[in-house]
Amino acid sequence: MSTLTTAAYLVSSVLFILSLRGLSHPSTARRGNFLGILGMTIAIVTTLSNPGVLSYKEIGIAFLIGGLIGTSIAVKIQMTALPQLVAAFHSLVGLAAVFVAASAYYNPSAFNIGAVGSIPMGSLIEMSIGTAIGAVTFTGSIIAFGKLQGFVSGNPLVFKGQHFINLLLGLGIIALIVKFCIDQNQELFWLIVFASFVIGVLLIVPIGGADMPVIVSMLNSYSGWAAAGIGFTLSNNLLIITGALVGSSGAILSYIMCKGMNRSFLNVLLGGFGGEQAASAGGVKDDRQAKQGNAADAAFMMKNSKTIIIVPGYGMAVAQAQHALREMGDLLKAAGAEVRYAIHPVAGRMPGHMNVLLAEANVPYDEVLELDEINRDFSETDVAFVIGANDVTNPAAKTDKTSAIYGMPILDVENAGQVFFVKRGMASGYAGVQNELFFRDNTLMLFGDAKKVCEDIIKGLEN
Amino acid sequence: MSEISNQLENLSYKAQQIANEASQLASSVAETSGGHSDFIIFGITVLVLACFVGYYVVWSVTPALHSPLMGVTNAISSVIIVGALLAAGPVDSNISKYFGLVAVTLAAVNIFGGFVVTNRMLSMFKKKQ
Repeated sequence: MSTLTTAAYLVSSVLFILSLRGLSHPSTARRGNFLGILGMTIAIVTTLSNPGVLSYKEIGIAFLIGGLIGTSIAVKIQMTALPQLVAAFHSLVGLAAVFVAASAYYNPSAFNIGAVGSIPMGSLIEMSIGTAIGAVTFTGSIIAFGKLQGFVSGNPLVFKGQHFINLLLGLGIIALIVKFCIDQNQELFWLIVFASFVIGVLLIVPIGGADMPVIVSMLNSYSGWAAAGIGFTLSNNLLIITGALVGSSGAILSYIMCKGMNRSFLNVLLGGFGGEQAASAGGVKDDRQAKQGNAADAAFMMKNSKTIIIVPGYGMAVAQAQHALREMGDLLKAAGAEVRYAIHPVAGRMPGHMNVLLAEANVPYDEVLELDEINRDFSETDVAFVIGANDVTNPAAKTDKTSAIYGMPILDVENAGQVFFVKRGMASGYAGVQNELFFRDNTLMLFGDAKKVCEDIIKGLEN
Repeated sequence: MSEISNQLENLSYKAQQIANEASQLASSVAETSGGHSDFIIFGITVLVLACFVGYYVVWSVTPALHSPLMGVTNAISSVIIVGALLAAGPVDSNISKYFGLVAVTLAAVNIFGGFVVTNRMLSMFKKKQ
């Protein structure tokens, strides 16, 4: 690698770091994204000027096809479908890593790592680790995509001996890698790929739909480590640096999500949490009666309130209620109320999901606050309007030591003067725990589709 | 005496030649192996330091922008296209090149998709008027 090439790759790496740095505030974020694009352009142009790269025509066609597909998907996708889109994109990085490693195996001279059959040991180790991580990322992300999109049931799929099989497979892959590094046999290479595909599926199937924020973040992290692995094979610092950035980013997001649920990463990974099984276990206190209200009552009471906090959750995304919700908020602001939004770290199906949906509905970002910023204000708030969230508002997380969600940080909506709870029915949330909040004196349930309820309240406010 | 000094001179000349050849051999070995054995430890150094950079940079990202963060990291992890381009680069067609071309396509989907969708997300974040 010439000095100039190395320097250009260094510039790309720095631009990538600055691009992530730009996301520290919404006002600098778009510039950050632009720096990322610039860094990628420099990386691609630099690589194309490598003397070994000659087939510009084929590369151009491949790049154009990929670019067109990527752009058209990204332009059309609905914001509520972001989590599955991100999962699908992660799978592509994983698969690309597998293909690059396979290519390096069949034609090592293009990568300066010896000849077929006599690839140095170090390169083989790096190659096979990169392949394995890439393959796990590929199938894992596809299952995550299926669960988020609804192709695969969101319920955790658990069977006996699951973790034992995973352990055996994991050890098997390590044994295959060792054997491959000694023999350099092509069957062994594809066996590693195949076994990693299988373990990628098995790792994700036991995990329930609402744990997907952790999983999507984790796969994000994996795709980074796969890139770093390939970076070692190519002796390329740009890939290693970028891989490490992406890898640590995904790991930190997983950590934040786990903390938002007060669960350990291992607990999420082992799966089996939530879904129908848990829901049936929690239905003990169903004989109590929750107070039910209607949209007209809610409209009347909120019109006369000074401060309102709206707590959105995944249900808002499912019902596509964000636009109606913002319209309702605007009317309330026009009536003289202060309207703010409170976001729990694990609301939605990916980190920051709710923020994007509210931004899409033109809610200014300075009205949208995180748990730490707004939680103390509930006690001085007239109305808390919970729409599509459930477990994250359950006071049992603070009081009931036997509860499955005990210790999870929650939004203290119970402290507000009046709580409106928009919900389809009385079913318990993902964790399968009955929400204590439903039976409080200051809670009024508004049953129905989130979007419909908002529209009804808008009508009530307009009259 | 002069004979000995001649022999000595000869010897030193030969020694120099051998040294030259040795250094040539060493540099050619380094070229063919891409200096690889040295790279591993160097690469690990870079990896560890980059993890620290990543740690501090990512913690400074505001939680409101965690979705765009995933979009950007997804796009930049496609920098793996560097490897794909090298694989697809040679003129003669073989399986290795086709693998490379597939990888170029996949990475391109991600690069364009990731940056475009992130840009869409970020353009929606507006301040109070």
